[in-house]
Amino acid sequence: MGNLRGKLLPPALAIVFSMLLCGVALVISGANPFSAFGAMVTQVGKGSTLVDIINSTGIYYIAALAVAIGFQMNLFNIGVEGQYRVAAVVAAVVGGSIALPPGIHTLVIIVVGALAGAAWAAIPAILKVTRGVNEVISTIMMNGLAIGLSAYLIRRDVFGELRGNNIRTPEIPESGWMPGISFGGGGTMFGFLFVAIALGVGYWIMMNRTRFGFELRASGESATAASAGGVNAKKMILVSMLLSGAIAGLIGLPEMLGRDHTFSLNFTAGIGFSGIAIALLGRNHPGGIAFGALLWAFLDKSGLALDNVGVPREIVTIMQGSIVLSVVVAYEVVRRVELAAEQRRVGRELGTVGGAA
Amino acid sequence: MSSSTSVRTDDPPAVVLTGITKRFPGVVANSDVHLTVRRGEVHALCGENGAGKSTLMKILYGMQPPDEGTIEVNGEQVRFRTPSDAIKAGIGMVHQHFMLADNLTVQENVVLGAEALHGIGQKARKRIIELSGRTGLNVDPGVLVEQLGVADRQRVEILKVLYRGAKVIILDEPTAVLVPQEVNELFDTVRGMQAQGYTFLFISHKLDEVRAIADSVTVIRRGTTVGSADPKTVSSRQLAEMMVGSELPSPETRESTVTDTVVLDVKGLKLLTPDGSRPILDDIDLVVRSGEVVGIAGVEGNGQTELVETIMGMRKAGSGTITLQGNDLTKLGTLARREAGIGYIPEDRHRHGLLLTQPLWYNRILGYQTRKPASKGIWLDTDGAKKDTERIVTEFDVRTPGIDVPAAALSGGNQQKLVVGRELSGDPVLLIASHPTRGVDVGAQALIWDEIKRARAAGLAVLLISADLDELIGLSDTIKVMLRGRLVADADPSTVTPEDLGSAMTGAGSTSAAVQETAVVEEGEN
Repeated sequence: MGNLRGKLLPPALAIVFSMLLCGVALVISGANPFSAFGAMVTQVGKGSTLVDIINSTGIYYIAALAVAIGFQMNLFNIGVEGQYRVAAVVAAVVGGSIALPPGIHTLVIIVVGALAGAAWAAIPAILKVTRGVNEVISTIMMNGLAIGLSAYLIRRDVFGELRGNNIRTPEIPESGWMPGISFGGGGTMFGFLFVAIALGVGYWIMMNRTRFGFELRASGESATAASAGGVNAKKMILVSMLLSGAIAGLIGLPEMLGRDHTFSLNFTAGIGFSGIAIALLGRNHPGGIAFGALLWAFLDKSGLALDNVGVPREIVTIMQGSIVLSVVVAYEVVRRVELAAEQRRVGRELGTVGGAA
Repeated sequence: MSSSTSVRTDDPPAVVLTGITKRFPGVVANSDVHLTVRRGEVHALCGENGAGKSTLMKILYGMQPPDEGTIEVNGEQVRFRTPSDAIKAGIGMVHQHFMLADNLTVQENVVLGAEALHGIGQKARKRIIELSGRTGLNVDPGVLVEQLGVADRQRVEILKVLYRGAKVIILDEPTAVLVPQEVNELFDTVRGMQAQGYTFLFISHKLDEVRAIADSVTVIRRGTTVGSADPKTVSSRQLAEMMVGSELPSPETRESTVTDTVVLDVKGLKLLTPDGSRPILDDIDLVVRSGEVVGIAGVEGNGQTELVETIMGMRKAGSGTITLQGNDLTKLGTLARREAGIGYIPEDRHRHGLLLTQPLWYNRILGYQTRKPASKGIWLDTDGAKKDTERIVTEFDVRTPGIDVPAAALSGGNQQKLVVGRELSGDPVLLIASHPTRGVDVGAQALIWDEIKRARAAGLAVLLISADLDELIGLSDTIKVMLRGRLVADADPSTVTPEDLGSAMTGAGSTSAAVQETAVVEEGEN
């Protein structure tokens, strides 16, 4: 079916193209591209790499969903990075300082994370709605503030404590952890993955089956048509930004609840930016985003094997970048071709161009 | 009326198009078009909207290559790859929508892109002054274009093509933006230039104008030329039937269905420019009753768009009240106003009416996302929306292979039928129709008129804004004239003529008993 082809063809083309590009880069730098790609593929079967990839996929997936909600109405929430950092530190502090029964404790941490993310996103949202401040600028600045704020919050004279060489928040008691699925030597899969899957399903339902999703998509497609159709633009900006921030607030939790149980200086940064790329790659579609997150995680984790065959690991970054670029171009080309084809088809079926044939 | 003395028949024709065929996605293309334009004549190309006139002219002007067929200019076969090839061959085009930079002077606009001809200094200025006499443009080349009226802007457009050496001038729907008085001035200009040896290709679907100005007429229908006619002997009705291939629709409504029930009551409505310096809408009082069509006449840009958008709640009024069936809407948002029973056909269906890349059934939901059959509570009812879209497609004769095609794939007329169908669903009590038949074909136009008339007979109140004065006079029970943000005059549609309306619209004052002035516009105000 032409529709499905239109959706799958561009990313496939983009991946092939960027592999070629990286192959060329590898040849220029004097390495054998086949052995490099081979090493990456065989790495998947080694040690805990497969589980690492899956865990990482879940985290990226949440990040990309957060970005995608903004993208649906042309809001560029670059602030996911800062939102999840602030949310993680707040959730860790709250989680580590309360005592609740298992389950409820975990739930409270999740809710606190989501609320903190939403609160951090509320600032640029309110600025945009009331003062017209561009969300790109304000969220970038909020990212800078988030780094400072989180560093302040884990100071020893605030909420932090010194453990070895590391400063961190007090450990969350075991009642607040989220159990995972252990594969012994193969690593442990985060239980939070199921939350990620549920978020994806919820996202799909919201976008395709609810009034809110309709209004969001209508605003993104045509702000003027949406306003004539009675969609309140300001309300949509506020709600979608808060929702985006709330989901961003969950990004740090898989690792925190499943492995680290604290917010420390080793906190994984940069996931918010990867989320932007993955949302682009997946065209804001929950299935596409899952695929993009998996690809991203695979490149990240199996890229580690490149050092073993004497290839710089940074080649993976080149590949990620070129995939995103070529996917964006490929989608646009395919979109235009498909629209023209559709118009021709309609014309043919109605016989308006029949006379010209 | 037309002077055929300057038409020379012994020379090779200025332009000959033979067997032009253009296949084009989705809309009517050209198929085997033949057209001969003699030198020094005004040749009219007639056809309904979407018949393929514009495509043909784009081919002649080098904007699109034909798939088949040949173009001859002055007896020589030519191939245009770009408009500049056409300009070199002496063909110039004045587009329907002006392509002028408001913040540049007349001279700068004319010289822009043709700097190589006479430079940009005194030489160019002299040439422009010399040529502006021929177009009837009496302004200094140093004047900013934003200070010119519509008719003068059009003259600047003509000046642009003359400056580039055009001998054959294509006028694409030149009268669409003019009021009747300005049309007459344009025709004087055209006749004057014709006497100086210029050739005109005059594209229009307004038959009276064609008969007034043209020396010969070629009619195009569904992409192909169906015949020529002598404008001096053919009647408008005959021409129209050639264009449509069947009987002509008419906007005329028969008996009045106006009741005493007030549906829309606007009082003292005021809207200021964003910086608050100047009113765009000034103290508007307006009443629309059940079963009544109230038409607003006015030159575009006098506040009609803003009036509609303020009533729809898309703009916030400075003061005044808007009441619908006794309910005060003044503080409500667009959605609540729609839910209260307002249907809205926006003037620009692409910007305000449709989500172009989304399927037809998805467009059915827009504006109705809180109501049956498109939704149930917070959930969309996609099955209900699809079913109701099928109904609209059938009832409103939307020509489409299915309801899953994107709205952008339909022709303008079918898109508009979908919008009209949607806005008449959900039992509105008031329909706001802005230019409901702009840019649609005659078939769709007739259907839209019929639907509005039917809904009016069933008690719908209609606020109609249209630049098509025949449509306005034909459909309306009451006409109000809008000028500089005010309703300045009332006109009686049973007696008023387009010319009377035209002079009231330009503020020239009442020339007829059919137009009653209701407000005085002081010239010193601005």
